[in-house]
Amino acid sequence: MLYKTPTYYEFKVERDDERCIRCQVCVRQCSYNSTFYNAEEDRIFNIDANCVGCHRCDTYCPTDCITIKRVGENFKENANWNSWAIRNINKQANTGGILLTGMGSDRPHRIYWDHIVVDASQVTNPSIDPLREPMELKTYLGRKPDSIEIETLTRPHPNPLPKGEGVRGKGRGSEGITLKTKLAPQIELNIPIMFSAMSYGAINFNVCEALAMAAEKMGTYYNTGEGGLHKNLYKYGKNTIVQVASGRFGVHLDYLGVSAAVEIKIGQGAKPGIGGHLPGEKVTEEVSKTRMIPVGSDALSPAPHHDIYSIEDLRQLIYALKEATNYEKPVSVKIAAVHNAAAIASGIVRAGADIVALDGIRGSTGAAPVMIRDSVGIPTELALAQVDQRLRDEGIRNWASIVVAGGIRNSADVVKAIALGADAVYIATSALVAIGCTVCQKCYLGKCAWGITTNDPYLARRQNPELAAEKLVNLLTAWSREIKEMLGGMGLNAIESLRGNRERLRGMGLSDRELKILGLKHAGEGM
Amino acid sequence: MKIVYPKEEVCMACRLCEVACITEHSKSKDTLKAYKKENPAPLSRTLVEEIFPGLSVSVMCRHCSDAPCIEACFTSAMHRLALSEVEGKPDGRVIVNEPKCVGCWMCIMACPFGVIKRNQYIGEGQGDNPLNPPLLRGKGKGQEIKVKLSSKCDLCPDRSIPACVEACPNKALVHEERN
Repeated sequence: MLYKTPTYYEFKVERDDERCIRCQVCVRQCSYNSTFYNAEEDRIFNIDANCVGCHRCDTYCPTDCITIKRVGENFKENANWNSWAIRNINKQANTGGILLTGMGSDRPHRIYWDHIVVDASQVTNPSIDPLREPMELKTYLGRKPDSIEIETLTRPHPNPLPKGEGVRGKGRGSEGITLKTKLAPQIELNIPIMFSAMSYGAINFNVCEALAMAAEKMGTYYNTGEGGLHKNLYKYGKNTIVQVASGRFGVHLDYLGVSAAVEIKIGQGAKPGIGGHLPGEKVTEEVSKTRMIPVGSDALSPAPHHDIYSIEDLRQLIYALKEATNYEKPVSVKIAAVHNAAAIASGIVRAGADIVALDGIRGSTGAAPVMIRDSVGIPTELALAQVDQRLRDEGIRNWASIVVAGGIRNSADVVKAIALGADAVYIATSALVAIGCTVCQKCYLGKCAWGITTNDPYLARRQNPELAAEKLVNLLTAWSREIKEMLGGMGLNAIESLRGNRERLRGMGLSDRELKILGLKHAGEGM
Repeated sequence: MKIVYPKEEVCMACRLCEVACITEHSKSKDTLKAYKKENPAPLSRTLVEEIFPGLSVSVMCRHCSDAPCIEACFTSAMHRLALSEVEGKPDGRVIVNEPKCVGCWMCIMACPFGVIKRNQYIGEGQGDNPLNPPLLRGKGKGQEIKVKLSSKCDLCPDRSIPACVEACPNKALVHEERN
């Protein structure tokens, strides 16, 4: 293109003119001004430099005439100065700015899930067929008591609960026993998978609503992120985890009141140590009301909580939130996986958190500096193993549940995470991919052609909440079926029997040190 | 009666409903041929109205119970189908009987929704073929004549679900009965 700063474009859009019917569906779907129609020539043209490779146009082309090709990978071959390095320097030389990106790290960090294999029963212990026998995926998050006291009743309970109510669906006196210990507040998950924090503002209302509807349908939870909760979503409160982050956007008593649990966000896997930045263009009227900030103003979350400089300060906030919610809701603390995660998690649990959420280096975001996303933090698998081990060693593992986030791509990752010690997992990228995201990493531009990370009303209506919720429900249903099959294969009939059961995992192609950190034996070693 | 209702809050103006409508009402039922080869070119009977920024809706015939187009038509080309041609079931759709249509456009003047299209093309006169409009009937075979017909949504008689509804990628069109 003439009159533009030299950049090395990444994609080339090829259009088979024999098949192009000039319906202009692609022109209207492209939100990056890469495709346009020239009436004089009666032809559709492309500005390849603008293409981000999101595949919106070729997905919707009714005659399949579009092919998007990667180009510019044919720089002179160089292991050191590859196209990634050259492009980054080119962009910075043109702008003088920090390199921005979206989604999780795309660098080839080792994915430990892919180096872990799962056990199965053979001969000496029978496997279970989940299609014929009951299989329990239900789990509870929250502080568990050190011991429980049970009272045995010799006669029927004076106030029997109606059938189907009470703990695990049993009436209070139906078996002649009752629990005397008062339990800390718990949240009940029908599947050990929740939707991770994505704020209203970063994603639009339609996507928030789809996540809420899917969470309600599947008996699990979604997380508001730090963007507050839109009034129209209060009806999904029972399936909502609300976040209290360093910016305190949208935090008020109703917000805490309608939720199922409260999460204090200390850090995020994609950008540990730095705050958030929602550009002013994304702060529309509704976002402004929900976040309680002026329309069009940048929403800047500070890097630290300015009232938390120690574990003691964290304890104050945890108890302030418990006090505000009448000690009826579990409080979670989310941290990015960093070098000292195990010790920090121990402090968090001792400070009174009911849930610890760990977000690893592959965790996603709407906007983060490239260098921080790709270089700061540690893989979530290692942090999880270390935190679980540390809490066990200190005898406080039952004080809090562990939720792991950052790079869960399939049901096998969920099974491995639970066997490594997690109580449940958070998914976000997987959920967005389910509703169309192609991980083009341009969320920070706010022009998402798939209508996800944009508040532009023209683009946001591309997500039909009902259709998106249906896809999310399908995803979770499919994963839960797969998890049941894997559990059955191991001869287990409840997800809780797998938790922290590292004996059912083996490492593959890992060094002794990595195996030690993960607490795993190498494949080939017996029990 | 089941008709097509648009949901403007999730219409994203891709206009795939129009592509589907053109394909369905073509001779070949093939998108490529319908757009590139067929003469006369098939018309879309739905139109996505767009008001920028951010409002669009696909508009097609409402098959009104008190259809003004039927009142306006003096040749009774525009009529209500009492019984479905396919299954013989009660039907209420408003359709054009093309052999009777003379292209006076009174239906277009009367339609409050603006969903009737002018289908005009230069075609070959076919002598006494009853498919020719009455005023053109009898013109010589092989003679180029201007054909004028009204064209509107017929709810896809060959399909159980109209083509536009099935093609909409965001479920912004629904085929249902409302009171």
